[in-house]
Amino acid sequence: MNTEINAKEDFKGYSEPALSLLKNYGVRVWSEIEADTDRGRFEGLVLPRSETLPGDHIVLKLSTGYNVGLNVAGIRSIEVKGYKKALYKIPEKEFPFDPEKPKVTLLGTGGTIASRLDYRTGAVIPAFSPGELFGAVPELADICNMKTIKLFGVFSENIGPEHWKATAEAIGKEIEAGVDGIIVGHGTDTMHHTAAALSFMVQDPPVPIVMVGSQRSSDRPSSDAALNLMDAAYAASKGDIAEVTVCMFGPTSDQYDLLHRGTRVRKMHSSYRSTFRTIGERPLAMVERDKISYLTTEYKKRRNDRKVTIDTAFDDRVAIVYYYPNMKPDIIDSLVENGYKGIVIAGTGLGHVNKPLYPSLKKAVEAGVHVYMTVQTLWGYVQMFVYDTGRDIMNLGVVPADNMLPEAAYVKLGWALGHSDDPDEVREIMMTPISHEITRREPIDGYLIMQGGLPEMDGFMKRYKR
Amino acid sequence: MKDQEYTALPPHLLREGKDADSSIDWRKLGFKSGLEIHQQLLTEKKLFCRCPAGIYGKEGEHDAEVLRHMRPTLSELGEYDGTALMEFRTRKQILYLLNQESVCTYEMDDTPPFLINQKALDIAVEIALMLNCNLVGELHVMRKQYLDGSIPTGFQRTAIVGTDGYINLRGRRLTILQLALEEDSCRELADEGHTITFMTDRLSMPLVEVVTGPELQCPSEVAEACELIGRLLRSTGKVRRGAGATRQDVNVSIKGGTRIEIKGVPSVRLIPRLVRKEALRQKALLEIRNRLWQKDLDPKGSARTDLVDHILTNTQSTVIRNALQRGHRVGAIRLRNMGNILSSKTVGGRTLADEVSGRVRVVACLDEPPYLIHRGTQGQNALSNREWRSIRKRLRAKAEDTVAIVWGPEEDVRIALEEIELRLLEASLGIPPETRQVLPDGLNDFERILPGPDRMYPDTDSPPVPVSDNRIAEARKQLPSHPLKRERRYLELGMPRHQTYFLAISPLHTVFDEAVTRGFSPKMAARLLVEERISLRRKGVNISLIPEDFYLDILDGLDKELFYREGTRRVIKAGAERSLSMEKPEKSTKKDKKKDQPEIDIKHILKELNFEPLKGEQLNTAVEKIMNTTDLPETKDPEAQKRYFMGAVMYRLAGRVCGETVSRIVEKTLRG
Repeated sequence: MNTEINAKEDFKGYSEPALSLLKNYGVRVWSEIEADTDRGRFEGLVLPRSETLPGDHIVLKLSTGYNVGLNVAGIRSIEVKGYKKALYKIPEKEFPFDPEKPKVTLLGTGGTIASRLDYRTGAVIPAFSPGELFGAVPELADICNMKTIKLFGVFSENIGPEHWKATAEAIGKEIEAGVDGIIVGHGTDTMHHTAAALSFMVQDPPVPIVMVGSQRSSDRPSSDAALNLMDAAYAASKGDIAEVTVCMFGPTSDQYDLLHRGTRVRKMHSSYRSTFRTIGERPLAMVERDKISYLTTEYKKRRNDRKVTIDTAFDDRVAIVYYYPNMKPDIIDSLVENGYKGIVIAGTGLGHVNKPLYPSLKKAVEAGVHVYMTVQTLWGYVQMFVYDTGRDIMNLGVVPADNMLPEAAYVKLGWALGHSDDPDEVREIMMTPISHEITRREPIDGYLIMQGGLPEMDGFMKRYKR
Repeated sequence: MKDQEYTALPPHLLREGKDADSSIDWRKLGFKSGLEIHQQLLTEKKLFCRCPAGIYGKEGEHDAEVLRHMRPTLSELGEYDGTALMEFRTRKQILYLLNQESVCTYEMDDTPPFLINQKALDIAVEIALMLNCNLVGELHVMRKQYLDGSIPTGFQRTAIVGTDGYINLRGRRLTILQLALEEDSCRELADEGHTITFMTDRLSMPLVEVVTGPELQCPSEVAEACELIGRLLRSTGKVRRGAGATRQDVNVSIKGGTRIEIKGVPSVRLIPRLVRKEALRQKALLEIRNRLWQKDLDPKGSARTDLVDHILTNTQSTVIRNALQRGHRVGAIRLRNMGNILSSKTVGGRTLADEVSGRVRVVACLDEPPYLIHRGTQGQNALSNREWRSIRKRLRAKAEDTVAIVWGPEEDVRIALEEIELRLLEASLGIPPETRQVLPDGLNDFERILPGPDRMYPDTDSPPVPVSDNRIAEARKQLPSHPLKRERRYLELGMPRHQTYFLAISPLHTVFDEAVTRGFSPKMAARLLVEERISLRRKGVNISLIPEDFYLDILDGLDKELFYREGTRRVIKAGAERSLSMEKPEKSTKKDKKKDQPEIDIKHILKELNFEPLKGEQLNTAVEKIMNTTDLPETKDPEAQKRYFMGAVMYRLAGRVCGETVSRIVEKTLRG
């Protein structure tokens, strides 16, 4: 068994024809070799190869630190000179304890908030223990005392209801234990789904619950991770907003983070630092390293008690259907046939789908499936009275979900179905806002998508470093 | 011609090289030098995104700004790199100025890289072949860390294309350690206090880095290697020219010393002087070290520091007075038994104090020269004896102790004092490994600590790119002949050096060869292809798009007397304008170009210029007519009179007439 593992490690990532070549010459990963090839001689250290790449090259680290690939077909001979296995360890420094400072617990779920690239292999090694974090961001100790709990280590695209439940329960325990704030480290891709889920599963917490991640991993000098983490620590330990929030870069410049409400936040760019945006509402606050500026007074304030409601009931038989022109009824039919209990439609405009879908939607509702309408415009309310088509769709039993974001509605419907199967009760749960997932009014500056190129934007861009 | 006599150095550099080499036994000094030459490639787009390359914005006309900081990341062994830590200590705010047309979100590190520019890779492969390198089987993009802010990611994306090549130099082989394809960095606009400002237009343009072995043995040889490699690169015709397109780092060390990297040397011309002065600086630093060894130094350091502004409230020192007015603090440091070591001479009238103040300037972000004042400071910034006595008393300095002061915001002063102690401790060890920046006088100044080897990471955002045999075969077909061989051949044709030099690296050398084959005079061809073109380019005429055949048409026209020599420049200019106007619509309808647009036709251009040749009686009449309608000059000197009328005639008839014939007619008319 052990030898098998070793054999795998010795040729890590290599497939044919490279694998046979390495074996023939007695070369392992981390062997120091000199290779004679049809393009000349190369000397270096054999590195593991990414498993997703074809096995036609072997990867060599030269003494200059550069990596190069050698074509297997061109290799005439290899001489093994030595063996030098890279051992990589993130340094740990003891996180200092200061009785005067607030206590914060960091719950880890995975993601790149604190990780280091192993530059020999290219693999990302997560840094997570308080000691490792302190080693990487020593400024954290100026803000709070920190304890860390690793819940799981998964990429955010693999996070689901089980993780939401476990996180909510862990939060409940930490609150009971008396922490002053909680940070949840999370990959950014589905951070807003988890933020919404925690908003429903952890109700009326007495302390801030701040989700944080990074868009550039912390092995990069220009990473946003350190600032995000410091600001999240500040918001969790000293901030006044006792809600589930997301703390990520406001502008792309290293200036401040924004605190977004968990039910109204959305990742809006695949790679920008300032990817998270509050939709249809104002962000809650700006956080700098030693300062919070609140942008609204409408939030739940920090309390001294230890009371919190953890409610993790969840039915995962729910789907989002993103409507597109010419959608065929079988999309809906297949969901019903496969036993789905809830469908959230992201409809066009004010909340519409095409006529051919009507019979299927009717069938779905009659079969006991709960169907809710949201808008794929993201900003704005569903309003199905404006056009006849909207009224027709409502008559089929599709419920307009006001200005709930599609992802928030998806999470909430699963959570609601965890509590009841009765259409009226589910509707009651869905339409009663818990944490601003539905708001009564859209502020006049809730929709600001500034367009580049306009004369008024030219001066703005130059002046405000956005 | 023998090999030993031959040098790649152009005439204007030969003397500089000889001067720099003189009166020093370089071998005995243990002098070693190597080069890193950075050459931008001539591609339409940048290396990792689709932004256009080569568009430079004007200062003050940027569209947006972004502010960033750099944070050191841990090295493999869990240590922070020395350079990284120093950059972090400086607490710099890094400001990037952006222009819409030259920068996208990739450069700002808000979008991952796109696939590497394939044209740039082709050019790099061609250059690798030219430098006799071993080509890699697969290109692996790496991240080379830079925390000075010059690249917004904090690292440069770079990949090795070839290794272990060579070029022939002075009868031996100079090793080319490696050839890398990499993205260019930002242009620094200002570095004031805690803010450094960069222009981003140049960022991410493709360039190759050629690294030679540390095998160069004297200053002129360094210059010659640099010149030769530059010429090889330019002879491909696929690299950028002009200011900033080629920049070199020069590494210098002497026996007992350390490798010092002088960064961003803008021209070959500076190299001999620069290299000589750096070698002398290192020699002086070793002598200073030896002197410090004689002294009774505390290896653990025995610095004592304090704030002393209250002592200096009535000082006559200009900088200190200004600093105190601004509310800055003044800090002093005492170092045991170092005597007047700060006044020790280094090179070019500089002292050890200049070495220390360079460090203080960068690390503590102090921005008021002279950055540091000590007993040896002269002039309006000097302190009085009384002030020195008070400061020394406060620091309990004994007669043999060194004392110096710095000024600035309190936190900066604290860092500056620490840095002085560090640098002077290093002085007792020898030469600290540094990256230094070149100054206009050939001297240099501290820029940063030389980065350690642990700053290479694989770029997990970029897949490896196989470099196929086909690709190499295609590149090999593109290889130009060796410019030195070409130049030797031109010299054998009896052409002067100032022409052969430029012609050998000109991409138009093929046109020249063709012209000579067709029987045109080499002299005439060289004048057209070298001097006339250089002259027009200097006047700002864009001649880059003129088709090569057009030059042969010009030679043919001259040969057949369709027009005359004096009109050549106007013909090229007209051709340049025409080629540009043909190029413009091409972008939208590339395919139709050949069908709809006529080739640049010399006859057409001559007609447009009214270059109808005047000969025989017609010419006589025309010349006489102009002379008759021209006012007489005041001068009575017949030669001056002749020049005057020649000028008048040629002004009106240039290109249409043969200058020598006109000269004869004018002379005859004046006499008659």
